[in-house]
Amino acid sequence: MSAAQWRKAMNSGAAAQAWPRQRRAATEPAVPAEAPAGYADQNAPAWRKWIWQRVSARHVLVLAFLIVYPLVATPFFTFQIGAQSLALGLIALSLMFLGGYGGMVSLAQMTVAGIAGYMVAIFGVSGTAEISLGWPWWVVVPLALAIATVCGTLIGWLSVRTEGIYTIMITLAIGVAFHYLALQNYSVFNGFQGLQKVYPPEVFGLNWRDPLPFYFLVLACSLAGYFLVKYLARSPFGIVLQGIRDNPRRMNALGFNVTAHRVAAYAVAGLIAAVGGVLLVWYNGLITPGSVGTSWLINILIIAVLGGVRHPIGPFLGAIVFVLLQNFAIDVFDRERFNLVIGGMFLAIVLFSPDGLLGLWARLAARFGDANARSRISTQRPASRVSPTGGL
Amino acid sequence: MRQGKRTFVRTLVATAVFAAIGATAAAPASAQQVVKIGLLATLEGPFAAGGQDGMRGAELAVKQRNGMVAGKKIEIIKASSDAKPDVAVNATRKLVEQDKVDIMVGPLSGSEGIAVKDYSKTQPNITFINGSSGAQATTLVSPSPNFFRFNTEGAQWMVGLGKAALDKGYKRVMVIAEDYAFPYSQVQGFMTEYCRLGGKVPVKAWVPLGGKDYASVIARIPKDVDALVVVLGGADAVNFLNQYEQAGGDKPMIGGSITVDQTVLNYKGKRRESLVGTLSAGPVADAYDAAEWKAFVADYKKNYPDGFPSPSLFAYVYYLNMKAALDGLDAVKGDLSDGQKKYRAALSKLVLKTPTGDVRLDENRQAIGSTFITEVVKDPQGNLYNKVLRKVDGIDQMLGIKKEDFKIGSRDVPDCP
Repeated sequence: MSAAQWRKAMNSGAAAQAWPRQRRAATEPAVPAEAPAGYADQNAPAWRKWIWQRVSARHVLVLAFLIVYPLVATPFFTFQIGAQSLALGLIALSLMFLGGYGGMVSLAQMTVAGIAGYMVAIFGVSGTAEISLGWPWWVVVPLALAIATVCGTLIGWLSVRTEGIYTIMITLAIGVAFHYLALQNYSVFNGFQGLQKVYPPEVFGLNWRDPLPFYFLVLACSLAGYFLVKYLARSPFGIVLQGIRDNPRRMNALGFNVTAHRVAAYAVAGLIAAVGGVLLVWYNGLITPGSVGTSWLINILIIAVLGGVRHPIGPFLGAIVFVLLQNFAIDVFDRERFNLVIGGMFLAIVLFSPDGLLGLWARLAARFGDANARSRISTQRPASRVSPTGGL
Repeated sequence: MRQGKRTFVRTLVATAVFAAIGATAAAPASAQQVVKIGLLATLEGPFAAGGQDGMRGAELAVKQRNGMVAGKKIEIIKASSDAKPDVAVNATRKLVEQDKVDIMVGPLSGSEGIAVKDYSKTQPNITFINGSSGAQATTLVSPSPNFFRFNTEGAQWMVGLGKAALDKGYKRVMVIAEDYAFPYSQVQGFMTEYCRLGGKVPVKAWVPLGGKDYASVIARIPKDVDALVVVLGGADAVNFLNQYEQAGGDKPMIGGSITVDQTVLNYKGKRRESLVGTLSAGPVADAYDAAEWKAFVADYKKNYPDGFPSPSLFAYVYYLNMKAALDGLDAVKGDLSDGQKKYRAALSKLVLKTPTGDVRLDENRQAIGSTFITEVVKDPQGNLYNKVLRKVDGIDQMLGIKKEDFKIGSRDVPDCP
């Protein structure tokens, strides 16, 4: 949907039509100033200017690293560290979008991901033939994404009328309710045992669960999610969402339908989480009620907070640290007490930098005098006045 | 304040650096002389205490050989899961692909076992030996050629209990069990024999795992049953006993393999007296009086003064599987070349000497072993304990049913109302 259509759909009636000028004025300060400098040749085609303005050296470096990484790393690092981090990061990204831009912290994003995972297992192929319908993947995946997105939207529709800690509570309640539904329902969710042997399909003669293809599949989805969130944050819809985060009453007075924007944000976040959920169920090869249990609902929040909710790269950084700790903490500390390392590390990061790893980076950049980086981070920062958790 | 914060950060960094150096320095000097064994148990989650004891059992088997087999040093690399299959597979993958272990021992619980078995098919050159997981399907449904299990599973653990129940005069029983694979197999192990010998099971109640309220189940108990077969985990069993007592129930109980444990035996309610005479069955019995078992218990207590008063089921079963891994290694003189083919052949033929008798493997690499039938009795001090009634040997996974007629236990299989 184009930005203009969003605006039309989102704004309630004629009031919005009457105020285009004011809205433009209100949004302008939040849009980062388009850097005029750098590209000397003013006659160059527009796309080249666009690339020059938007793409910096670190973008190219990160992208090159992401592509070269699986070619040099062992299959273990490609699959278990790389692919798993990206898939978890994608789910955490949906929370970052809600929390960072919308000021709504939802604990039910893992539930949405879990619903998508369960749908893939139920409609597709799994080890439990009595339940799985065995439909082809090109029907199953869109259907799973659609159902999970609808569920995500419904969860949003239920919880948008609450603020701060009450949003957390209502989404936690929904998440726990779904966990128990999956645990105690045998006809659809197969109870405690869940559904096993849920693997990605073989398409183009490739086994998509092999480390290399799977990594690139997850990478492609993660990049798509990342750029979607970046795009939305600068679109009129995203700007309005950030306005609502900072002052819902003022935005309401300006003629924006606050509830509709928030529900739409939940729908977008639901779609991102659903993609992450499908990838995660393919990664694990199975889904059980434990995958949508309280510990995982909270793990997603930990990943998002660990990385920082000010920029869409944060959840991915958080996921990498989370997965590395989960895998290797046991090697650097007494093996029976390794959870102390994980907990201690989380505590240290949050203690020293309430903004997570991103905040740490910003502070380091500030200390070493990289004025460029400092200004970049401060302009991209979505939360200008209010903390990302809104009412908290 | 600022200064103190900085010093603290520096200390943190220094600690991290030293830890990293320490880890590098401890790396094995020569791969030739070392056999790496990965050990996976649950050190977190609901079975954390059991997982820790499982690790004790496995380490005991290594200690008994002084850490050496056929001139090679045994290096144990531990990993933890929280009883969830996805976590177990992640931990196993890390041990196999990152730490490059030669042999894998684990995991602890049933659904983890099935998931690790499925993963083992992707690593045909590594030998996987079970920890204490006891799902029937692990070795019955699409078994993996490199997954071995030297412990008997949930259904085998209950063989002999049906006959003992009939001998006590229980002609009709009601089953109350948790609603997942392990209790299904326990109930199957009991009912297969019980129904064959003429017993009747008119009602089966499947309760959710971790359920707290048994009122609706208690209301369904028919008047004309002689006993209740209760297959619940220890804490749930105490919950059930409490509520059954409050409802005025008085039927005797037959327990599953993990039902009548110390938490139940320490029960202080009014029904404590009626626990005397409760039958149960399992692969271990604390009060077994064979010399080998007593020696094993003494060895456990000597090595782990801070462990349990007597080795738990997990410690014993992990001990068995680790012992099998080492005995097999000894049989091939530490030769793991050629994709471990010789080692796996040796394991398949191994007759494992255990403190509770010999264990052999069937063609699915699943143990054929022994089960103990026990009864709760009161000792002179007034403490309750499980007395061994009988030991049943040579139990295989088919439970005496013909292979083509055999079906894995579920809510409705077997059935004899």
